[in-house]
Amino acid sequence: MGAPTLPGAPVLLDPAGLDALIAALAARGFSVIGPTLREGAIVYDRISGIGALPAGWTDRQEAGRYRLERRADAALFGYAVGPQSWKRFLHPPEERLWRARRTEDGFTIETEPPPVERFAFLGMRACELHAVAIQDRVFLGGTHQDPGYAARRAGAFLVAVNCGTAGGTCFCVSMGTGPRAESGFDLALTELIGPDRHEFLTVAGSAEGAALLATLPSRPAGAEAEAAAASVMARTEAGMGRTLERAGLKEALQASPEHPHWDDVAARCLACANCTMVCPTCFCTSVSDHTDLAGTEAARVKRWDSCFTAEFSFIHGGPVRPHRSARYRQWLTHKLAHWVDQFGSSGCVGCGRCITWCPVGIDITAEAAAIRAAPDAKPEQEGHGNP
Amino acid sequence: MHTRLRPTLAVWKFASCDGCQLSLLDCEDELLALAGAVDIAYFAEASSTLRPGPYDLSLVEGSITTAHDAERIRAVRAASRHLVTIGACATAGGIQALRNFADVTDYVAAVYATPAYISTLATSTPIAAHVKVDFALHGCPIDKAQLLEVISALLAGRKPEIPHESVCTACKRRGTSCVMVAHGTPCLGPVTEAGCGAICPAYGRGCYGCFGPSEAANTAALAATWTVLGADRRSIHRAFRSFNAAAEPFREESDAHGDQDHPG
Repeated sequence: MGAPTLPGAPVLLDPAGLDALIAALAARGFSVIGPTLREGAIVYDRISGIGALPAGWTDRQEAGRYRLERRADAALFGYAVGPQSWKRFLHPPEERLWRARRTEDGFTIETEPPPVERFAFLGMRACELHAVAIQDRVFLGGTHQDPGYAARRAGAFLVAVNCGTAGGTCFCVSMGTGPRAESGFDLALTELIGPDRHEFLTVAGSAEGAALLATLPSRPAGAEAEAAAASVMARTEAGMGRTLERAGLKEALQASPEHPHWDDVAARCLACANCTMVCPTCFCTSVSDHTDLAGTEAARVKRWDSCFTAEFSFIHGGPVRPHRSARYRQWLTHKLAHWVDQFGSSGCVGCGRCITWCPVGIDITAEAAAIRAAPDAKPEQEGHGNP
Repeated sequence: MHTRLRPTLAVWKFASCDGCQLSLLDCEDELLALAGAVDIAYFAEASSTLRPGPYDLSLVEGSITTAHDAERIRAVRAASRHLVTIGACATAGGIQALRNFADVTDYVAAVYATPAYISTLATSTPIAAHVKVDFALHGCPIDKAQLLEVISALLAGRKPEIPHESVCTACKRRGTSCVMVAHGTPCLGPVTEAGCGAICPAYGRGCYGCFGPSEAANTAALAATWTVLGADRRSIHRAFRSFNAAAEPFREESDAHGDQDHPG
């Protein structure tokens, strides 16, 4: 047991202490999800101890390119962000909403029971905490709440890790969302690693986090450890791979619906929807009804959808956005401009996933900058030439 | 259609390998339910009892490669209330549409001992080039869950839920890391219609495009990135010229990377 600490006072956990944290979360009934190596990437999946963490690995990210590389040390969190965010756990790719059964004199509807699995997320980045806060506003902030999201979110325990490595496509500093986790977590760690050191400066961000932290083997953190953590943050902050100038961006995007650059992007865009699927804030779904062969059962299923598909904007007569240029414009202007009007913040947290995981490397920071640089540009001819 | 009426089902084969019909027989767990929901009136692959039409639903496998088949598909259409094409052959002409890019007499001479016995058309064409098609189910082979969805939808009188989105959406929903971005493996997934469940990327392989072009396929942009990944003109040409070679976006892209000396 560590020495008693004041609420909020940082302590130091060693790797065994981190392992104890994972065990303590599992003992409290949480499904612990953390970073682990799979298919040549660091993905978020179920873990049972620090042995599953990507010790000594990092990710090198560029537009349309991701590669794992060995680090010189054995850091457990020495990478930027994984290919998919925690979205897939809080807002799963597919969710059945209800089932109906035919009866003798009509039919009955069975609603889905609320989800019971409680997640503990280990290794959430500051940008990802901001993404969760944004999805909280989307799913819980309005008149109608998403009951599945609400249940999963209420049960979740969030362990943040301050970034010790900036990725090549990261721009959280531009978005004001990182690299330090400021709030919205139960616990936050900063990994301190050197030739003779491997420990985690840990602070609690909630009563539940403080209570759990008090049960773990730890020691008080001194000024030296806090200074070391601050220098990790400063180094990460200085290492951002990308920047996005936000001043005047919303206005420029909203003033440029006919900008020729939309067609320029459309010539490169695959409309494959990868950017929206990997985005930690993109929340769009479609619902579809299914019936069985016997005609006795039906089900309504909600699935991740994307503004890059034709079906997404299909109404009577055809899709509202038939061309790739219109679909990219919809995504970018919603993410960076209309989102502000709708939800009170940008929809982008600067995680860089849409840049890295675009198979052709389309860069949201470059495309936004191109529009912002010349918002008054007009198309050379009427209409959108590029399909 | 009401299920108690047990609508009649017919399954037809044109130029094809029978693999898509097998997908129907592969519905092991659902086969009894299927037999209960429809009256299988004509399915030569499964039963020697072949009853005359008309039929409520015809599933058509294969492409049109002979003058005889061009006539036969008209008779099938005339006898069918709903006609659904199943598979790359029926929807795009299949691998045998490679003849469309060459001289079929050369192929016949190379393959058959007595070419004079062979009577065939110069092209392999999809069913929709000959008769009205009510719904097209893509894939080489088709996905049995999609087939059951189409049949269930027709039985219930609703629209089949068959999205035309990219294979990437399936990879992302299932949590498969992108083989192009993470491994540098050329993949047709971004321009190929979903439906297979993204099987190949799940096993670390690039998509082969079995389901044909996705709705907004930008094949030129994908081919440019394949080039960056090290694919040469010939491999890009061949990737787009397979089971769905005659599907328009794939045909156009394979032509753009054609070998001038060996256009086929």
